[in-house]
Amino acid sequence: MNLLGLYHYWVFAVLLMIGFYAVVAKTNLIKKLIGLSIFQAAVFLLYITMGKISGGTAPILQKDVTDAIFSNPLPQVLILTAIVVGISTTALGLGIVVRIKEEYGSIDEQDIQEIDRQ
Amino acid sequence: MTVLFSIFLLTLSVITALAIVRTRNLFVAVMLLGIFSLLLAINFFLLDAADVALTEAAVGAGISTVLFIAALALTSEKERDGTSQRWLSLLVVASAALVIVYATFDKPRFGDPNAPVLQHIGPWYVQHTPEYVGIPNVVTAVLGSFRGYDTLGEVFVVFTAGIGVLFLLSARRSRSGQRRPRSDATEIGLRDEILLRVVGRLLVPFILLFGLYVQFHGEYGPGGGFQAGALIAAAFILYALIEGEERTLHALPRRVLNGLMVGGALLYGAVGVAGMLMGSNFLDYSVLAADPVAGQKIGIILIEAGVGMTVCGVLLNIFHAFASRDRVQ
Repeated sequence: MNLLGLYHYWVFAVLLMIGFYAVVAKTNLIKKLIGLSIFQAAVFLLYITMGKISGGTAPILQKDVTDAIFSNPLPQVLILTAIVVGISTTALGLGIVVRIKEEYGSIDEQDIQEIDRQ
Repeated sequence: MTVLFSIFLLTLSVITALAIVRTRNLFVAVMLLGIFSLLLAINFFLLDAADVALTEAAVGAGISTVLFIAALALTSEKERDGTSQRWLSLLVVASAALVIVYATFDKPRFGDPNAPVLQHIGPWYVQHTPEYVGIPNVVTAVLGSFRGYDTLGEVFVVFTAGIGVLFLLSARRSRSGQRRPRSDATEIGLRDEILLRVVGRLLVPFILLFGLYVQFHGEYGPGGGFQAGALIAAAFILYALIEGEERTLHALPRRVLNGLMVGGALLYGAVGVAGMLMGSNFLDYSVLAADPVAGQKIGIILIEAGVGMTVCGVLLNIFHAFASRDRVQ
């Protein structure tokens, strides 16, 4: 049980690195953005995991309930806004990819570099 | 039991992520990314983050998938074979993963109430929210009031990203200088798919209603402007997928979307300035009413409305920017 208590963090590490692999090793620009999304999701998981308290509940106060344990609301606030900012920046990235496709005719990094060298 | 369930879900999400990276078909990758987001959303729910789960489900599984597919429609679906420096990247990634896993052994165990991160300001927020802000949902209180500056910044980041996409994709570059005229006849919608059409049309008003509920009930339950904006945008995107983009733009024209985008951000800022004019600090809502707690409530409702407007306007504007662009051959 003691080691299982770190399982969430290991999943975070693995997801982070899967996303990072897609960003560095894949040459397709959309695949890179997908990798970035996975990377981002891993960070979200880390923050939310750290805010959890065993036996806790969502930080919404209720009348007549005084002995409830509430998980930490702060990481939730940070991640809540980060998700929406994340989709906006991903959309911006996709917009750039679409423009690259229109100018270069390809969304593959190697093709683009070749065209640039010419 | 919950622990077992979350371990199962986390393992499933790792498998999904691996499949996303391995597949060469980008359409499959995007669909899997939607599933991945949904799995993550359930995980967030199990980790007591109801607000975050709602956002991730609406944004990650809904809107993000649509935007990726719209981008795929403008580029290409197949990924070419070939990775750059595969073994070197694998080596770097594997060693970094090992380093992070090694570092986790020093971390407090999952759910440990004595973890340092749970000692500092988190409990203070939970304890003092009734006294200062007086609304039950602590997440909304922190988001709207205690950390109002932060949220203002985030809203402007979303706004800026929306402007950026509009700049990138709205400029017309077709040779004739004229946009291909679209009529109901030429438009590709799902109008012929009777089942999707009936079910979709039934769903749209309920999604809108739920979006409004989430917007205005955000002080009492999970919800708020970010989630509501994403949900309402999702309803209109669904409508656009079924009925075609033209009709959606007829229902909610571009200038209304631009107005929402700008108006939301301005409303947020104006609430902050109103606090200053009434003799307090920027974004201090206590002075908006005679009773400080009532003032806080008014302030939070107003800024949440601003957030919802901006998020909804930006997401829909981004969607239309992608959807209305013609594919280059």
